[in-house]
Amino acid sequence: MEDWRDGQEILVMDGRIKVPYNWSAGETGTRYLESLRDDKRFLGTRCPTCEIVYHIPRMHCPDCFEECAEWVELGSEGTLVTYTVVRKAHPQLSPLETPFGYGVIKLDGATTGFLHLLSEFDDGGLASGARVEAVFAEERTGSIMDVAYFRPVKGVV
Amino acid sequence: MDPVAVVGVGMTDIRRDRVEDTYADLVYEACQKALDDAGMTAADIDVVLTSSNDFFDGRTISSMAVMDACGSYDKNVSTVEGDGTFGAAHAVMRVLAGWGTCLFCVHHKGSESVMPLITNAMFDPIYERFLGIESIASSALQARAYMDAFGVTEEDCARVSVKNHGNAFKNPVAQLPLEITVEDVMASDYIAEPLKLLDCSPISDGASAVVIANQERAKGAARKPVWVKGIGYNCDAFHLGDRDLSKSDALVAAAKKAYKDADINDPPGQIDLAEVSDAFSYMELMWLEGLGLCRAGEGAALTASAKTALEGALPVNASGGCISGNPVLVSGLNRIIECVLQVRGDAGAHQVAGVKTAVAQGFNGPCGQSQCVWVLGGDA
Repeated sequence: MEDWRDGQEILVMDGRIKVPYNWSAGETGTRYLESLRDDKRFLGTRCPTCEIVYHIPRMHCPDCFEECAEWVELGSEGTLVTYTVVRKAHPQLSPLETPFGYGVIKLDGATTGFLHLLSEFDDGGLASGARVEAVFAEERTGSIMDVAYFRPVKGVV
Repeated sequence: MDPVAVVGVGMTDIRRDRVEDTYADLVYEACQKALDDAGMTAADIDVVLTSSNDFFDGRTISSMAVMDACGSYDKNVSTVEGDGTFGAAHAVMRVLAGWGTCLFCVHHKGSESVMPLITNAMFDPIYERFLGIESIASSALQARAYMDAFGVTEEDCARVSVKNHGNAFKNPVAQLPLEITVEDVMASDYIAEPLKLLDCSPISDGASAVVIANQERAKGAARKPVWVKGIGYNCDAFHLGDRDLSKSDALVAAAKKAYKDADINDPPGQIDLAEVSDAFSYMELMWLEGLGLCRAGEGAALTASAKTALEGALPVNASGGCISGNPVLVSGLNRIIECVLQVRGDAGAHQVAGVKTAVAQGFNGPCGQSQCVWVLGGDA
């Protein structure tokens, strides 16, 4: 029996949601990003109770809720906690040409790690525990992208 | 906990591109199947609960667009955002709160958008999104951390993919049955090292629904009720750098709570089957460990020994798992539904003999940030 669905070409509506947002970096985030922009310096905050040095800095400790009022200057070198080399990336997302990397990086002086890009590494040249250093962008605007990426520290593989 | 049962289940086929169905059509199909399974109609449902994600659907308050499809007019309706295991846990709580029956449904059409752009948006817009990080690359970070911590190899992870894609041949709703070898997985292209194409779940469309009932209403259901023996859920830190990605403390805590409810003190001895959210192959190994089905770092050996195979002593993802079809959010509920079918003896070609107690696991957030564990069994 014939069905009205037979041979139907389903209509599909193309759409795109594009809504501007203005996300506040907050007071703590603003101080952190200003320091990257103006001084090429990473800052963390220390919890007075847990003694955890948070990087990215937190205004309040997520573990104990204490105010983390003490600012700590961190190194721009650190250690790779974990990493990946991206071989295929969506072109709208990828800030670097593939292959590039992501790493969770524990900066010198910080207790927690943070996520950033990895570049200027040889094939197979990354390892957990490897030392990496920040490469700052020439033009800095007060964004996490003021750090262009991290790369292995030369001669310390 | 007062006795609460799953009395009806419904799953659509999982497919890459169900272009002929709107997502409300999928919800209708899943709900109708769950009601039929329970021997009920919409009139027998006291309250309705839905799970969805606005970003995936491209609509604000996307749950409102499925209200007609789940028979919720004139009813008390609530919505839980996120994975189906969490939504279903709230459906149980609705019944514990005094309602007789709750219809819970969840839907996903991955084919209608661009997955990496959406999963990028789960990350922090100030510190992480600009980096382009999304679900696959972030999971690759976790896979590397886990593999480094326990000496797990890419071949160890590949065995999960081989097993689950093979199981999927026996599951009529699975999207991606594949006859593959460890070598095939190893030869597939890297997306984000160490994850290769065949370590990753596909983009999928689908919907699922369950009817949850209290003891009195479960008596009238058409099928053997499967009882909720325990539920636990627990959340880890959001920022990846705040966590030890090599293990899931959240899952350990969630499982502990669920097992306490269910009087389980020897998980490998007392659990007959597990359905876990293997969105990526390595996750099955990690989640087995988090669930206490083996010790930390022993998931690979358990898998290599074939204990988790369909004919093994502790089959894991007999259905083929998420890696054989992953309508995100729906996948979690499907883990529960697969356990229900197994306990009832209704799983068909992938039925495992003698399943009395089964555990289902789902998660929300990057790298399994928030974890939910269900224990299901045949006795009240």
